[in-house]
This record gives sequence, structure tokens and C-alpha cells, in this order.
Amino acid sequence: MTSEQALTAYILRLGDSALILGQRMLELVAAYPELEEELANANFALDYIGQARMFYTYAAEREGAGRSEDDLAYLRAEHEFRNLLLVEQPNGHFGDTIVRQVLFDAYYLLLLEALTHCSDERLAEIAARAEKEVRYHLRHSAQWLLRLGDGTEESHQKVQGSLDDLWRYTGEMFAADILDDTLRTSFDGPDLSAISSQWLTDITAIVEEATLTLPQQQPMATGGKQGRHTEHFGYLIAEMQYLPRTYPGVTW
Amino acid sequence: MSEQVWPLYEVFIRSRGGLSHRHAGSVHAADDQMALDHARDTYTRRSEGVSLWVVRSDRIVASDPAETAAFFEPAEDKIYRHPTFYDIPDGVENL
Repeated sequence: MTSEQALTAYILRLGDSALILGQRMLELVAAYPELEEELANANFALDYIGQARMFYTYAAEREGAGRSEDDLAYLRAEHEFRNLLLVEQPNGHFGDTIVRQVLFDAYYLLLLEALTHCSDERLAEIAARAEKEVRYHLRHSAQWLLRLGDGTEESHQKVQGSLDDLWRYTGEMFAADILDDTLRTSFDGPDLSAISSQWLTDITAIVEEATLTLPQQQPMATGGKQGRHTEHFGYLIAEMQYLPRTYPGVTW
Repeated sequence: MSEQVWPLYEVFIRSRGGLSHRHAGSVHAADDQMALDHARDTYTRRSEGVSLWVVRSDRIVASDPAETAAFFEPAEDKIYRHPTFYDIPDGVENL
């Protein structure tokens, strides 16, 4: 794989995580307990879908194989998606959703910040745009984590459980593979070990303020970056891809 | 919908620098920061503003509709208080 091909695969992977997280959040549309939070969730979900579109469009252009952003989203199979396992985890209860968002966004924000300084101009521009959106998402979700953690005894217990359950999916974010290495060495991309320690500092601060306990060190689940997904993933893309697969070429 | 209703906040938006904040509507929220987030997510999705204020609705002191006559009608026949006797130069906006 040349470094240019690695860059294309890397951009596609960024699109995958954004799309799958957006799709997960869209499952909650019309299911929120409060109108204002409902709007916020739908706004945020569409932010991620918008980011996925920018990444996919760019990846498709670089690939030059005649595939469109829709082909990438709707006509690839399970193992071809390279999103992080964390973003495909089910919404669960509200605490599960919030913890997933905080863990991912705290990482994603640092990653995007680093990508704004990478040597590929267009990727840096996309990252700069996404960074502003994600900074707000993190502010919103982190506040909710504080309210739940430092709320009632029940909310504290539930959200501590969410943190303990989802922690095992965080290691994968910092496990650098050949794409991450190529980005760093050939395109001035993110240094995942630096991001890892900054993320832990940020998360520790939020978790402690929320009066929660950081989960202990444990074996981490990996595989999403290589296309090996958790059992939830097939159901997610089955629903997401149903329409274009049932009615190929359908348009508005 | 939840059974317990969060307090109501009134939302004010400054649409651009130099203009004053204007009442845009209201949101429910459990605390001040949440109210600000909700105002942002509900009322500024289409680039409506550059600054937001939120204030608890129950902190607003309002005039009594029953006293409308005593409050406002005395001003009606005092036309000399209105700057209608001046020509406004072209190019002056938002006066």
C-alpha cells in the first residue's frame, strides 16, 4: 500500500466512524423524553452524517473508482466498514448513550485538532469544520455526564455501570495500525500516543467531577479498524442500507 | 414526555453585532447551562444569532395586563415625545 492509498483508506475510516455514530443517534429520533434534547440529538446526529459525507466524497474522489458517497455508505458489506467498535454500541439507556458520546467525542476532538495541522490541505479543512461541531457536542454530553454522575443515587449507579461497560472499547482508539502510522509519518498526522495521554487526562477530569470512578485497567476489545465488528453492527447496517438495497438506484 | 416539567426559560438572541437581544421564545431546562444549550439547539440552528441570553421565566417581573390603561395610555396623546418632527438622514438604519 502506498502512502497515498493509506491516506484514502484513513479518510474512509474517519467517514465510517462518523456515519455509524450518526446512524446510532438517529435511531433515537422521536424517542427522547424532552423536546429540546430531542432537537439537540438530531442536530448532533446530522452533524456526524454531514462529516461522513465530506470524508466519503473526498475518499471517493481520491479512490477514483467511480464510487459515490452513497455507494460507500449503502453498498458496502459489514467487514468493509472500519469504524471504531465504540460508535456502533447500542444506545442502551440514556446514561449509556451519554457515556459513549463523551468517550468518543473527547478522543475525536483531539484527533480533529491534530488533523487540522496535517499536510493534506483538504483533510485539514474538513477537520477544522468538524472540530467546531464536536467541541460543542462534547460540552453538551460532558455536562450531562456531570448531572447524571453527581445526580441521584440511581443515576450515579446507572452511569457508573455505563462507564464500566463501555470502557473496554476505548483502547482501540489509540491502538495505532499502519494507517495511523502512515498518517503520522508521511502527512504530519495525529500522534495517537500523545492523544491517548491527553484523552485520559481530560476524561479523568470529567469523571472525577461527576463523582464517578475511572474503570480499572482491563483487556481492550479491538477489531473495528480491521473490519471485525461486534454482534450489534450487522443489525445497524441492515436497517441503514435497507432502502437502497431493496430499491437500487432509488432517488428522491 | 416526562411527568415532571423542567422550569421554563425565556430566550433572547442578538442576531448580529450592534443590535440588541430580542425575545425569540422559550425552552424548558433543568439548569442554567442546559437552558443555554437548549436555546442554542432550538433557536440558532439556522444562523439566527451571535449571542444568546437565557433567563428563568419566573424571574421576569412583568406588568399587569389589568393595569394596561394606567401604564400605557397616558403616553398616547403626547405626540411631542415622538421624534416625528425630524427628517432622518438616508443610510441610518435600526433607529
